[in-house]
Amino acid sequence: MTVHSLTAHQLSSGYGDTEILHGLDLAVPPGKITVIVGANACGKSTLLRTMSRLIAPRQGHVLLDGKSIHRTPPRELARVLGLLPQSPIAPEGIAVADLVSRGRHPHQGMFSRWTRKDDEAVAAALAATKTEDLAEKPVDELSGGQRQRVWIAMALAQQTEILLLDEPTTFLDISHQIEVLDLLTDLNHARGTTIVMVLHDLNLAARYADHLVAMVAGRLHVSGKPEDVLTQENVRQIFALESRIVTDPTSGRPIMLPIGRHRMTNGRTVISSEASASRQEPSR
Amino acid sequence: MLIPTIDSIADNRRRRARRRNLVIAFLLALLAATIALTLSLGQSFTPPHDVIRVLLGQDVPGASFTVGQLRLPRAVLAVLAGLSFGLGGVAFQIMLRNPLASPDIIGISSGASAAAVFAIVVLSLNGPIVSVFAVIAGLGIALLVYGLSFRNGVAGTRLILVGIGVSAMLESFIAYILVRAPAWNLQEAMRWLTGSVNGAQLHQALPLLLALTVFGGLLLIRARDLEALRLGDDTASALGVRVARTRIMVMIAAVGMIASATAVTGPIAFVAFLSGPIAARIVGNNGSLLIPSALIGAVLVLAGDYCGQFLLSHRYPVGVVTGALGAPYLIFLIIRVNRTGGSL
Ligand SMILES: Nc1ncnc2c1ncn2[C@@H]1O[C@H](COP(=O)(O)OP(=O)(O)OP(=O)(O)O)[C@@H](O)[C@H]1O
Ligand SMILES: [Mg+2]
Repeated sequence: MTVHSLTAHQLSSGYGDTEILHGLDLAVPPGKITVIVGANACGKSTLLRTMSRLIAPRQGHVLLDGKSIHRTPPRELARVLGLLPQSPIAPEGIAVADLVSRGRHPHQGMFSRWTRKDDEAVAAALAATKTEDLAEKPVDELSGGQRQRVWIAMALAQQTEILLLDEPTTFLDISHQIEVLDLLTDLNHARGTTIVMVLHDLNLAARYADHLVAMVAGRLHVSGKPEDVLTQENVRQIFALESRIVTDPTSGRPIMLPIGRHRMTNGRTVISSEASASRQEPSR
Repeated sequence: MLIPTIDSIADNRRRRARRRNLVIAFLLALLAATIALTLSLGQSFTPPHDVIRVLLGQDVPGASFTVGQLRLPRAVLAVLAGLSFGLGGVAFQIMLRNPLASPDIIGISSGASAAAVFAIVVLSLNGPIVSVFAVIAGLGIALLVYGLSFRNGVAGTRLILVGIGVSAMLESFIAYILVRAPAWNLQEAMRWLTGSVNGAQLHQALPLLLALTVFGGLLLIRARDLEALRLGDDTASALGVRVARTRIMVMIAAVGMIASATAVTGPIAFVAFLSGPIAARIVGNNGSLLIPSALIGAVLVLAGDYCGQFLLSHRYPVGVVTGALGAPYLIFLIIRVNRTGGSL
C-alpha cells in the first residue's frame, strides 16, 4: 500500500469576513493516528474541513503527496481522503445499508454499474462497525450511538487511505467510545490507514493518539507525543484549566485530572475527604 | 459469516432497484392509459382505431379535427409541461433538502410567468423568444431569492419565506399587466396566473421538447451527485461531489425546464410542488426520484386538465384543479415542517 502524506502549510481559512485559522502548519504522520484537541470554537472542525477541500484556504496550501488538494479532481481525492463531518445529515427514512453504500460514490462513475467489490466494501464496513444487524433498519429509528457507528461505516465503505473524523465519539456511551476508537485503531493497524480525528476527551486522546495536536484560537499550539503534549502547563494554556497529570497504569499514557473550584481536597485522598466531610457536617 | 452478508446486501440493493423500476413501469402505464383516455373520450367518443389512424397521419372525417387538432396538441403539451414541472420541482426540493423549496412556491414559476406576460402583452412578442424571456427571468428570480436569503451559506427557511414574498409580488405584477392589457380576457388571465393548456397548438410543443431534452438530460447526468447532496454539503463534498458546481447546474437545468414550460402553459399550480413528495411516497427510499417525479407531473397535468374539462360542472383550466389538490398539502406540509423541520 502506498503511503500518502497530508500536510498543511501556513494555512489560513475562515467564513465570510472572519478568519478562523491563522497560518497553521501541520504534518500528518502517514500511517499513524493523529488526534486534534482544543477548546470549543478554536477551529478544529474548520481545520478538518479545509484539509478535505470543503473550504478553500485564503492563504497557504493543503498538500496531498506534494500536490494541492484544491487542484486535485474531487472524485480522485475522495478515493484517497475521506471525511466524517461533525453533524452529517441522513435523508429521511433511508435504510442503514443504503446510507453506508453512499460511501462508494467516488468509486463509481456517472453511469457505471454497482459491482461485487462495492457490495464487499459495504459488507465489510457493516461488519467492522457491528451494524450488520441494523442493515435494513431506517437510520432515523436508531439510537444516537448506533447512528454514529453507521456514519463511521459509511466512511469506511469509502475505503480511503486517509480518514478524517470530526468527533466520532460524540453521542456514544463510554464502552461504545472505546469500541469506536479500538475499531479505528484496528483499521490503522490492519490496513495502515492514516487517521486524523478530533476528540474532546483528553484522556482518550492521549491514549489513542500516536501524534497529539493541540490548537488554540486557530493556531497550532503544540504537537508531538501524548506524554510531551499533555502537560500541566499545556492544559493551562489550551483550556485555561488547572490540572494534575498522572500516568495511566493500564496504558502507560498520561491522564489529566482537572482541578476545579469544588470537590478539591488539596492532596488528601478522596476517602479521607469524605471522612472529614462527614465529620464536619452534622448528620441529619 | 462475511459471505452471506455480502449476498444479502446485494439482494437488498437489487430489491430496491426492482421496486423502483416497478414504480416507473407502473407510472408509464398509467400515463399511457391517461393519454389514451384523453385522446379518445371527450365531448364525444372516438374509437381507438380512429385515434390510431389520426396519429398515423391518415385523414379521418371528424376525428382528424377533434383528435388531431384539439385533443392531441392538448395532451402533448400537458405531458411535456407535466414532465418539466415534475422534474424541475423535485430537483429543487432535493437540492435544497426541503419540499417547500419548490420553484412554484419560491417565485421562480411566477417570475417566468411574469416575463412571459410582459413579453406577450407589452412587447407584443410571441413564439420561442417568449421562452427565452421566461428562462432568463426565472434564473434572475432564482438568483435574487438566493441572494436575498443568503447569509453565511445556509439558506433554508429564510429562502422559502423570501421566495413566497417575491412570488406574491410577481403575481400582483402579472395581474397589473393583465388588467391594463388592451385585449384582456379571462382565459389568458387564468393561464398566466394558474396555468392552462387551453387553445394548445402542436407547434408550441417544440420549444418545450427542446428544453426538456437539453435541461432534462443535464439533470439526469447529475442525478447521482444530486442524490449525494441529500447527505448534506459536507458529506457530499467529502464523497467527491463538486457541490457548488452541481448546485449551479441543477439550478440552471431545473429553472430552464420550468420556465420553458411556464412560457407556454403558464405556471400550472402546484405540479412542481406536488410531484416530488408523491414520488417519494410511492418510490420510498429506493433510489432517485427524478424520473418517477417527472412521470407523476405528466399524469397530474393530463388528468387535472381532463377533470377540469369534463368531470366538473364548469370548464376549469388545469391550474385550478391542481391548485385545489396542492393547497391542502401545502398547509399540511407547513404544519409538519413547523413541528419537525422535515425534509423530502
Ligand atoms: N459555517 C460557518 N459559518 C460561519 N462561521 C462558522 C461556521 N462554522 C464555524 N464557524 C465559526 O468558526 C469558529 C470555529 O468553529 P469550528 O467549528 O472550527 O470550531 P471547533 O473547534 O470545531 O469547535 P467545537 O469543539 O465546538 O466543535 C467558531 O467561532 C464558529 O462560530
Ligand atoms: Mg467542531
